[in-house]
Amino acid sequence: MARKLIIDGKEVEAEDNLTLLQACEQAGAEVPRFCYHERLSVAGNCRMCLVEWVGAPKPQASCSLQVKDIFPNKDGTPAKINTNSPYVKKARQGVMELLLINHPLDCPICDQGGECDLQDQAMAYGRAAFHRFAENKRGVEDKYMGPLVKTAMTRCIHCTRCIRFATEVAGVPDLGATGRGEDMEVTTYLEKAFASELSGNVVDLCPVGALTSKPYAFNARPWELRKTESIDVMDAQGCNIRVDARGREVLRVLPRLNEEVNEEWISDKARHACDGLSRQRLDRPYIRRNGKLAPASWAEAFAAVAARVAQTSAERMAAIVGDLAAAEEIKALKDLMTALGVVNLDCRQDGAKLGGPRPTYLFNTTIAGVEAADALLLIGTNPRWEAPVLNARIRKAWLHGHLKIANAGAPVDLTYPVQQLGADATLLEALADGSHAFATVLMSARRPMLILGVGAVSRPDGAAVLKLAAKIAADTGMIGPAGSPSEGGWNGFNVLHTAASRVAALDLGFLPGKAKGQTGRDVAGIVDGAQKGEIDFIYSLGADEFAADKLGRAFVVYQGSHGDVGAHNADVILPGAAYTEKDGLYVNFEGRVQEAERATFPPGEAKEDWAILRALSDVLGKRLPYDNREALCAAVVAQAPHFTVRDKAPVHGGADPAVWNAVGSKGPLDATLPLASAITDYYLTNPIARASRTMAECSRAFGHGASAMAAE
Amino acid sequence: MLADKDRIFTNLYGFQSPGLEAARKRGNWDDTKKILELGPEAIVDAIKKSGLRGRGGAGFPTGLKWSFMPKEVKERPHYLVVNADESEPGTCKDRDILRHDPHTLVEGCLVAGFAMRAHAAYIYVRGEFIREREALQRAVDEAVDAKLIGKNNIHGWNFDIHIHHGAGAYICGEETALLESLEGKKGQPRLKPPFPANVGLYGCPTTVNNVESIAVAPEIMRRGWEWFAGIGRPNNTGTKVFCISGHVNKPCNVEEAMGVPLREMIDKHAGGVRGGWDNLLAIIPGGASVPLIPKSVCDTVLMDFDALKDAQSGLGTAAVIVMDKSTDIVKAIARLSYFYKHESCGQCTPCREGTGWMWRVMTRLQRGEARVEEIDLLQEVTKEVEGHTICALGDAAAWPIQGLIRHFRPELERRIAEYRGFVTRRAAE
Repeated sequence: MARKLIIDGKEVEAEDNLTLLQACEQAGAEVPRFCYHERLSVAGNCRMCLVEWVGAPKPQASCSLQVKDIFPNKDGTPAKINTNSPYVKKARQGVMELLLINHPLDCPICDQGGECDLQDQAMAYGRAAFHRFAENKRGVEDKYMGPLVKTAMTRCIHCTRCIRFATEVAGVPDLGATGRGEDMEVTTYLEKAFASELSGNVVDLCPVGALTSKPYAFNARPWELRKTESIDVMDAQGCNIRVDARGREVLRVLPRLNEEVNEEWISDKARHACDGLSRQRLDRPYIRRNGKLAPASWAEAFAAVAARVAQTSAERMAAIVGDLAAAEEIKALKDLMTALGVVNLDCRQDGAKLGGPRPTYLFNTTIAGVEAADALLLIGTNPRWEAPVLNARIRKAWLHGHLKIANAGAPVDLTYPVQQLGADATLLEALADGSHAFATVLMSARRPMLILGVGAVSRPDGAAVLKLAAKIAADTGMIGPAGSPSEGGWNGFNVLHTAASRVAALDLGFLPGKAKGQTGRDVAGIVDGAQKGEIDFIYSLGADEFAADKLGRAFVVYQGSHGDVGAHNADVILPGAAYTEKDGLYVNFEGRVQEAERATFPPGEAKEDWAILRALSDVLGKRLPYDNREALCAAVVAQAPHFTVRDKAPVHGGADPAVWNAVGSKGPLDATLPLASAITDYYLTNPIARASRTMAECSRAFGHGASAMAAE
Repeated sequence: MLADKDRIFTNLYGFQSPGLEAARKRGNWDDTKKILELGPEAIVDAIKKSGLRGRGGAGFPTGLKWSFMPKEVKERPHYLVVNADESEPGTCKDRDILRHDPHTLVEGCLVAGFAMRAHAAYIYVRGEFIREREALQRAVDEAVDAKLIGKNNIHGWNFDIHIHHGAGAYICGEETALLESLEGKKGQPRLKPPFPANVGLYGCPTTVNNVESIAVAPEIMRRGWEWFAGIGRPNNTGTKVFCISGHVNKPCNVEEAMGVPLREMIDKHAGGVRGGWDNLLAIIPGGASVPLIPKSVCDTVLMDFDALKDAQSGLGTAAVIVMDKSTDIVKAIARLSYFYKHESCGQCTPCREGTGWMWRVMTRLQRGEARVEEIDLLQEVTKEVEGHTICALGDAAAWPIQGLIRHFRPELERRIAEYRGFVTRRAAE
């Protein structure tokens, strides 16, 4: 229902479910606020958003007053609300003065300077040029909140946004307030680190400089930074980010708003792994001479590769795509390898038994669709580590609805209650044949869904796990009518990828091929072949997450950005660009195609990856038919037409039994191998993160890794 | 003057046993079933007509408050919460009810709970009231044993009373902070609306009432609302327990009719002001939160909500704090400022920051170590706090200072001049 209000003399209709603050904003009025935040519960404690309700005895906090509670005047005329009358201005000036009396006003040495709500609003509501507070200001001891959040608690204005974020979104009750009155302090209990993968978001939420970014401390002022819109590659969710760089250096990463993907949160790895971009970099080509990697020119490196390729027959060559590659270079590498007749191609470093029709390897429910689900089965996944922002979305669904969640896998704390079913893979059979209790829950749910972790399908019996998961999905009604969840469609079968490049590579068919009676090898087959001397040449496009140090005598070309395990074991290193240094297309686990823009240039002699492959193809005499990125993108689209649709998740096309019956393959399950997540240390999952000092410190501080988990 | 026969709290001074048997002899639990047989609507209606206004300080009509509760119990149970977190400085009326006349409260809980269709009542007792809580618990246990309350009691309305012990925070006397505290959270007032009658304890419809408001309900029902409404003045009816403390010869609690003249009450019940009425400086008529009134007003003012409001003060909890001419009035109000600074919950800005500021300025004013303009500054700060906060603690912190400035500004200026002179003399020496 809507009701009429007169806001600043303008008659408007406002919906009942809005707060007055939202109604004022709809009417075009600007209302200052500190504690109010769209995604958090209403606290109403900063008192900055006071407005005048004509006739009310005192000013009203517009953030907490709901439109439905505003009654019309006695004569039936709509209630009058003023947001800029002298009365309101005086009330807000009073609040601002009280906010500032104990604030240190140390803007010149505060990292929030230039992007501080308090600073901005003091311009509008502060007392000009002098202050009347003659007493001593309050000093507050700084708190330890872990390696990412720096505190200057004297600046705190007690808006409690951080506390509400921690309790509501992050789901960890680590933050709270102690003390009373002016002695109230926001703190982590017992000086314990803020143990969440989303902790960095409190820095964005803090309207003042009380919580700032520790790794970024005193690095730059916001107006010095060049801001570029990009896509995060630290996990496969494709969180929208803004890369802030000064000169050649990326100084920080911030989230961008995208309701369908990350709302306005990003994970700590996405935010803070950026210092890894300037460490351990490959900035020039190298060739292994006498067992040692020696600097070389591009021409020498290409010549070395060409010489080796010329000696090697196609069936003894292989190529592997790493986890951070963009669609462009995957396409270029695939075309080059196809031209050379190579069929030993794979993008699944972890050995996941995925491939086939697109819906069978996507997160079909979509991230936003999770909020509509009412039952969820997790299989061999820890979403808190594999996609922290998605985990917050699951938590949101649990918090706002009646989502019942069960976990088939190692027990983990996911910040919401989960029924732990055990880690024995054979329980999937019980779920598939309907004899398990939770199968009944799924069956009776209106919108059931499952999330299949990469950890579950990369096991030796992964194909059988996949088959059972598809059967559970089909039998419990997860594969519902066509359409997006908002239109009434439903597909509850989801694969949660951990590698940002994976879906694009699967879309582009970077999988073992077939030619002249030869069946291509997958990653395990390539490693095996290299050790047995059956594979002589391996082209690695930034692949660091497989047994790169066990490749026998094979000649390895490593094209990538960081000196990680792949580069250490390479014979030729071709320096490529990291994700912030190239324009690139990424496909997230939903199948959403998003474009990242270049924020900085690659260091030294490093080049954009697709250009390296294009140049190499010339040397190898197999010139790729694209001279610029536009032409390459056109080639990508020609192969996979869905790349024309940007920023949209694919819509579920309806249940096709032929597709779902053919997923995976029947086989025995290994009951001795527990179902578990693919990730053992959240902070160190890729070469950039492993090069990052901040991530190393986090890993230490939060005691990640298998042994630490066991201890918890 | 209230006649003895019209007193509700007949064991206010503890001359008799607080036990059930003695309480019955005093008339408590007399045919309570008959009251309940009238039905909830009739009880609420009678309380409305009696003109009973909340005895906790704000003076909201009790019957009206009860009528805000949903008329039917749906999926959420109804709760009655009794606010026995009596912490207002100068106030000690609930304390005597709890320890000497607890059965009035226990019976009141049943009547009020029935009227609002609640099967459970929570009594939140102030942390420092240990013996009082024990006395109340004894009374509840007696009532349960006598099947007056509890499951399958003789009144045919299942009713449980739970006694909760606070931890000694003044703010937990604010009704929504009390609910938060009762739920086990940090005691901070909630935003209103939604009001407790909609979303109260554990999200269920709840009414929070003061001890005295609840304890007088059975007697009103027994004697009829006409009797209660006939005492006092229109809109300010009934009897009230006044707490007279400070510079009087015999400080006491006394049940009196609403609208009794202040001077008459002090002279009759408290043995008069120390050193005679002319030795009076000022009186805080309703607990620490209300502005003081100087002697000139005290001479004639009546003790009820409206009369004191007209005198720019308030009845509050009816805690009469008498100060004679030996009082350092600035120091007295500065001490109250310290109290509010100490008890502010810290949730919202004006009160968190303003109470500390006001106290610090008051401390300096006490010595005169300030400029005359700072009196106006202090007045402005009180206005910045007043009316801008979630709960009324901000107002309560502002009012005593406003009262001081209103009536004793010359005294403040004199101190400043004196201090100045002192400083100048020191400099000259």
